[in-house]
Amino acid sequence: MNNLTDNNWILSLGTFLPLLGALAIMFGTSKDDERTPKIIGILTAGLTLAVGIATLVLFDYDQAQNLQFFVDAEWIEVISSGYTIGLDGISLPLYFLSMAVTFLVMIYSWDNMPEAGNPKAFYSLMLILQTGMAGTFIAQDLILFFVFFEVVLLPMYFMIGVWGGADRKYASLKFFLYTMFGSAFMLVAFLALFFQTGAESFSFAWLYEMGAGIDRDVQIWIFAGMFLGFAVKVPMFPFHTWLPDAHTQAPTQGSVILAAILLKLGTYGFVRIALPMLPQGAQAWAPVIGILAVIGIIYGALGCLAQTDMKRLIAFSSVAHMGFVMLGISTLTTFGINAALFGMVAHGLITGMLFFVAGSIKHRYHTLEIKRLSGMLLQMPKMGWILGFAAMASLGLPGLAGFWGEFPAILSAYSPHPSLNEALFRTLMVIAAVGTVLAAAYLLWLYQRTAFGEPTEEFAGQSDAEHEAAGHDGHGVAHSLSSAANTDEHHDEIHDVQPTEWIAWTPFLIAIVVFGVYPQLMFKVLDPAVTELVKTISAGIPQ
Amino acid sequence: MIGLVSSLLAQAEWTAPAIDWHAIAPELILVIGINVVLFIDLNIDETKKWMIATLTGFVMLAAFIPVVTLGLELDGVPRELFDGRYVIDEYALVLKALFLLVGYVVVLMSQNELEDGGYYQGEFYVLMLCSVLGMVMMTSARDLVSIFVALELLSIPAYMMAAWRKRSSVSNEAGVKYYLLGVFASAIMLFGMSYLYGTTSTTKLTEIGASLTDGDLLGLEVVGVVFVIVGFAFKVSAVPFHSWAPDTYEGAPTPVTAFLSVASKAAGFVALMTLIFVAFPDASDVYGPLLWVMAALTMTVGNVVALRQTNIVRMLAYSSVSQGGFILMPLAFAGDPDAGGSALNAVVVYLLVYAFMNLGAFAVVIAVTRKTNSGEISSFGGLFSYAPGMAVALTVFMASLAGIPPLGGWFAKFNAFKAVLDADTTSAYVLACIAAVNTVISAAYYFKVLRTVWVDDVPDGNTAPINPPSPIIAALAITVIGTIAIGVYPRLVAGFGNIQDLTGALPI
Repeated sequence: MNNLTDNNWILSLGTFLPLLGALAIMFGTSKDDERTPKIIGILTAGLTLAVGIATLVLFDYDQAQNLQFFVDAEWIEVISSGYTIGLDGISLPLYFLSMAVTFLVMIYSWDNMPEAGNPKAFYSLMLILQTGMAGTFIAQDLILFFVFFEVVLLPMYFMIGVWGGADRKYASLKFFLYTMFGSAFMLVAFLALFFQTGAESFSFAWLYEMGAGIDRDVQIWIFAGMFLGFAVKVPMFPFHTWLPDAHTQAPTQGSVILAAILLKLGTYGFVRIALPMLPQGAQAWAPVIGILAVIGIIYGALGCLAQTDMKRLIAFSSVAHMGFVMLGISTLTTFGINAALFGMVAHGLITGMLFFVAGSIKHRYHTLEIKRLSGMLLQMPKMGWILGFAAMASLGLPGLAGFWGEFPAILSAYSPHPSLNEALFRTLMVIAAVGTVLAAAYLLWLYQRTAFGEPTEEFAGQSDAEHEAAGHDGHGVAHSLSSAANTDEHHDEIHDVQPTEWIAWTPFLIAIVVFGVYPQLMFKVLDPAVTELVKTISAGIPQ
Repeated sequence: MIGLVSSLLAQAEWTAPAIDWHAIAPELILVIGINVVLFIDLNIDETKKWMIATLTGFVMLAAFIPVVTLGLELDGVPRELFDGRYVIDEYALVLKALFLLVGYVVVLMSQNELEDGGYYQGEFYVLMLCSVLGMVMMTSARDLVSIFVALELLSIPAYMMAAWRKRSSVSNEAGVKYYLLGVFASAIMLFGMSYLYGTTSTTKLTEIGASLTDGDLLGLEVVGVVFVIVGFAFKVSAVPFHSWAPDTYEGAPTPVTAFLSVASKAAGFVALMTLIFVAFPDASDVYGPLLWVMAALTMTVGNVVALRQTNIVRMLAYSSVSQGGFILMPLAFAGDPDAGGSALNAVVVYLLVYAFMNLGAFAVVIAVTRKTNSGEISSFGGLFSYAPGMAVALTVFMASLAGIPPLGGWFAKFNAFKAVLDADTTSAYVLACIAAVNTVISAAYYFKVLRTVWVDDVPDGNTAPINPPSPIIAALAITVIGTIAIGVYPRLVAGFGNIQDLTGALPI
């Protein structure tokens, strides 16, 4: 691999710009000022996104397998760890996605601050979070990776803990301790890897080269440590129990970022670190990962069918979707890992979108209980259609992005890496395929229950759409009566999609369609890098 | 009698040893400072007592100057005094600087606490200077006798400081408990030292080191090594010798607690390090397993008990016990040819980082309890809503103690893990895994505090902002900046504690 060092300032700028914004908000604004922090936050995120777009433009797509914008500076030389960053085809989509999502979430927050208020703290935390996420995707040094990986924890903890729902205390601590548990063992594994490879360097390139030489038994142990760290983050069954709580309690913004980016840190870690550095460990663990992934698919789907809360349902669907991603990864093939990476981005867009809609529904109805929601298409036709669109994308409808994550992942299990047990993976494939049917079932059932039918009695007649319809029929009186009758209970009327929501959501919707229709757009960026990666893995597995 | 003395003097021509005045300048400045502070305190009006604190701070800073100039002049060649029994090397200088800095920050933290409480001020600062002098001496001591003298010099004033709130029975209990157990520990240690002297017929550490070799140890030597280590285990409140710590920490005035949990504990570790690396380098069969068990117990017991605390000072006390376990952990592998060097480095770095973050946590506690008058964790509820600066500072310290990057604590923990895994043995991996689990447990109670601070409502509805006095703000500024700077750019401290810098240590 050649490292390209042109324009190598751009990654550091893109990563640390949000941090500057956070400092500006922290020290430059007063607590009572509601608007300035929001403006600074959105401006910083916008600038960051602009840097991200510039990165997209400057990226040399013909050399997507090489690290670009590469920097290798001294950082902590005593422990042979450097400030080594770079971007290749695997990182690029996720790196850019993190910038885009943060920006859009911030725009959404303009009108939709969670109840606890205090935009100053909220926006600074989101910006710090963004630095952590972007940094994780560009780090090319284990220690740097670890630092960024952990930086993400604190802001998310506070986001859930301060701005979350009723059970936020429990959920935030659970989230934190689970992740911390995983990363403590991950750190031990990183150090073990460091010493086993001669204690020379933490840089990825060095470890790719030397990791394969470690004894198989040792590799399996080190992989176990990393597995704990990454699997908790993904989350894989049976480490997933923090996720439904965290998602349900987190504010909309937190849920979206969690689903769109944070979960990907785990899968990215598998692809970037665990597999290529410990090929034999990966080979030994692949069946376990595959089986757990498929259990996750089925378990997540069954969990969804049992949920009565819309947000919790979407959270469980995340467990199922990440199962597909992990199944793709466990095949150790170019095809499977490509699918997994595509699935990561697609899941980020789609589930992010679903959480946005759930948040907006909660904002209007003050509940997400499925049985109290009904007839959304009548009350908010546009919102109803968007929910339908996202649900279709999520269940893997061909032509939308979700399909290209799920279908190839299943297909890849048909012919896993030659060193893996084919029969096992084909069985897994069949079970995973059943999972897609279940996915269709829970999503369509959710959609039917919430969007179709008549609005339930408690919310009937509160929406703009109904009023309009009433107005056309010449029952202006009914309009005023019904709203007067209802104001004592619910002061908010049920509006359809608002302008800030349109601004925040449109890019998601467009991206879901574009990647669905033309998946090659992303595959051609991913493929060269993945091919290179799988070469490293295969080289480390004795035939 | 007089005839005997004079005949002895006549027999041996006694010449004064050559003294390198520059090398002991920090100690001299402290000694002069102690006298000046004492003298001024006697002749000053009651209303002007506040000056004493400022003066004490200046004494600490003045003593800092020769430490810096020595560091610049040293250039890798250690200065040995008194036949190599008192050594100024880079290891000693770094730790001297640490103790002076900690002393300075504690002075900043004490000032208003003493004034508002109406306690004696002048005497307090004199005692504190004495204690710091003992610590500064400890870093250079390379002889059993001077180690013991330094230890007593730093401990005896601390016993009194712990009981400073003399009208409070809790504080008296703190002082008495600390005193009794401290004296007991000293006795055990002296007993061990006497065995070491008896078997090796020397008190100089390097010579003891030369005569103790693994596989060839006498029973008495084993007893000596174990007793000396146990004596210091009291000092660093390692389990099962920690029982004094929580009561003493809770009862003592909070700045004194900060001083005990950081400086006094660090001094214990300094002595342990010096002994292990200089006097017992080849007795690792004895101290290795002992420290392994102690480290594992210390971090686990400290953590588990900390989980249940409702008083913040008590929680910080147990947290400091558990942090002590992490500091102890690398020392268990000090005898390993691979891990020895990293172990020394890890402990020194941990002590530096720990000083910043723990002092900082106490500074916040002092600032907040000035307003709430309660040490209960629940009284910190809603701190974020009325004192966001304090809340953020506390967040920095707690997260750093939990080891979250990019704050100092992560690098300290990382280094400790690294040193242990450097040994690459099964027992090393087991200890590292125990430590990893403990990191998670500790996160639980640190983050419970943060949850209270950020999420809970203000318990008494009193949301008047906190106006901490300027010395405390200064203390907070120093500790916050230190904690963050080390975490983001660990090279600031990572180079300290090289094994080559410790004179007399076997090159591992």
